[in-house]
Amino acid sequence: MNAEVRPIRTPAEQALIGAIEAARGKLPGDTRAKELRDAAEKSFAEGGLPHRRVEEWKYTDLRALMREAPPLASAPDKGAIEAARKADPFAGLDLRRLVLVNGAFVPELSDLAALEEGLTIVPLARALAEGNKLARRIGELQPKKYDATLALNTAFLNDGVVIEVADGAKIARPVSILHIHNGGAASTYARALIVAGKQSQSMFVESFVGPGAAAYQTNSAAEVHVGDEAAIDFIRLQAEGGAALHLSTLLAKVGNGAKFSLYPVASGAAVSRYSVSLNFAGENIEGRFAGATLLRGKQHGDTTMMIDHAQPHGVSRELMKLALDDESRGIFQGRINVHRGAQKTDARMATHALMLSDTAESDNKPELEIFADDVQCGHGATSGALDENLLFYFLARGIPRKEAEALLIQSFVAEPLEMIPHEGLREKLLAHAGEWLKARA
Amino acid sequence: MNLLEVKNLHAEVAGKKILNGLSLTVEPGKVHAIMGPNGSGKSTLSYILAGKPGYEVTEGSVAFNGQNLLELPADERAAAGLFLAFQYPMEIPGVATMTFLRTALNSVRKQRGEAELSTPDFLRLVREKAADLKIDQEMLKRAVNVGFSGGEKKRNEILQMALLQPKLCVLDETDSGLDIDALKIVSDGVNKLRAPDRSFIVITHYQRLLNHIVPDVVHVMARGRIVKTGGAELARELEAKGYAAFEQAA
Repeated sequence: MNAEVRPIRTPAEQALIGAIEAARGKLPGDTRAKELRDAAEKSFAEGGLPHRRVEEWKYTDLRALMREAPPLASAPDKGAIEAARKADPFAGLDLRRLVLVNGAFVPELSDLAALEEGLTIVPLARALAEGNKLARRIGELQPKKYDATLALNTAFLNDGVVIEVADGAKIARPVSILHIHNGGAASTYARALIVAGKQSQSMFVESFVGPGAAAYQTNSAAEVHVGDEAAIDFIRLQAEGGAALHLSTLLAKVGNGAKFSLYPVASGAAVSRYSVSLNFAGENIEGRFAGATLLRGKQHGDTTMMIDHAQPHGVSRELMKLALDDESRGIFQGRINVHRGAQKTDARMATHALMLSDTAESDNKPELEIFADDVQCGHGATSGALDENLLFYFLARGIPRKEAEALLIQSFVAEPLEMIPHEGLREKLLAHAGEWLKARA
Repeated sequence: MNLLEVKNLHAEVAGKKILNGLSLTVEPGKVHAIMGPNGSGKSTLSYILAGKPGYEVTEGSVAFNGQNLLELPADERAAAGLFLAFQYPMEIPGVATMTFLRTALNSVRKQRGEAELSTPDFLRLVREKAADLKIDQEMLKRAVNVGFSGGEKKRNEILQMALLQPKLCVLDETDSGLDIDALKIVSDGVNKLRAPDRSFIVITHYQRLLNHIVPDVVHVMARGRIVKTGGAELARELEAKGYAAFEQAA
């Protein structure tokens, strides 16, 4: 007797497949976009949501955590757009703003005027509808293994932004991609494609905000191509509402002599997962990852990062800080792969969790996989409470304990934030951490 | 009234006896030097005075301005006028020196029942005190002690001392790690703070510092207590003969 293996789908998986079917034919794009979506749908139908026996998702059992799949968000109405005007966490800074409300690009909130020479920005829905050549590069970067969240993002591919920085262009004004959720429980799937040409320089800041009470779901993905000798700083703030599920993917491919720095800050969502895969495909790359996660209540926040040093003379520094209060759970999985022949790679990864309560949980999993024999790689992971010796230094100067703790937590999370090369953004993110601390007291 | 009266102090760290019946009296306006070999308990004494956790007093008493010092938490001791200049000042990444100084000064003022300083008044005060110690403004913008040289860290300690206006300053091996020029700047900074209502306990291994900060009283400490007390000449005698004789005597 042959036992037929029948995948048992969870209600969320069934709802997701139903939603993909329902959206089919309504989403923009030519044959290629349709093929891309269909392939993604097929892989999701086979692979489903990941669970704890999938190593990369060991600490974030999405099959258990994602109980429902709310319907696709509808296009934002006037009220939602008006409300979104006040939601910018970087208000006051001189940024080129690209605003997505409920996953849809909103021209009236965005600034596409007087683009700098060498900078091209097209809303993704329009790019897909027009068969824009650049948009055809979506899907070019693929994860090594099946990734359910990226597959879902691709299966619903509809709107977002497509950005090109021409060879040699130096764009001083940072480009902000702001994702705002408005209204109740709904799902959004936004996508960004950034193609930075040779020797170009640019800075991007991606942010996510939404209402506190709504159990909405954000699934976003960004594909970033960093050309030879180009430099990109990519800053990120995930400040979703406290009931949200946030799933996000970053895939980057970096060329010879290029610099890529990523600064992810997260304090929002009930459950969040940020999957980062950086393919350092060229020689002499300088990479940086400097992130901070602040969690409280019952929040669950997972940052999983993989860097592939594929060629010689790459240098990368990874620093992750997690401040975990109450019953929150913070996760950092960092993996550095040094490929055969990637000699003289110099990679150092550190992850530190600050436990602010006895009931918080931190899972730190640093991994190195090295197939070259002349490299310098190291990693360190710590979890601990506030340093009593440091606290004593404050007390000895007359600073009361509570105030000393606040300053120390601030200093703990500030280390990666201080590395952000843009003063205005750095100050805003430090202030964001400060607000988080105030709410603690 | 004496500013500080330590009587028959016994203390342990992690079950190990460090102080064995130490007694010490410091009058207002006086500079006391405490010299002694490594492991004699000098730093332990300074930490116990400042209220560092982990040091257990098993016997004896410490009165500061007539108050039982040992029952006050560390921040209240600082507000009451006790200041410890650390041998190894801590580095605090992410906290700007200015923020730290301002928080400390205003905390102390608040506990002393004084009004907080306005921003311009604070800046004026810091600039003035920093100039005395040849601390430039750039250094004050940096995170506390991060990337500071040994000399800069010690000058920063003296700057904090100058701002907080303590009654008793405990200098724990402030001369360690200082070159001759830095030693001069730090000593001048300390000497400038000498006043009839301010006392000092200067802990050091070497006579060198005491050429700059001339003490009124010199104590020799060995095996957890004071074994000899004399005038400034005692420091020179120690420099010539070493500690061995005193260690045996203890």
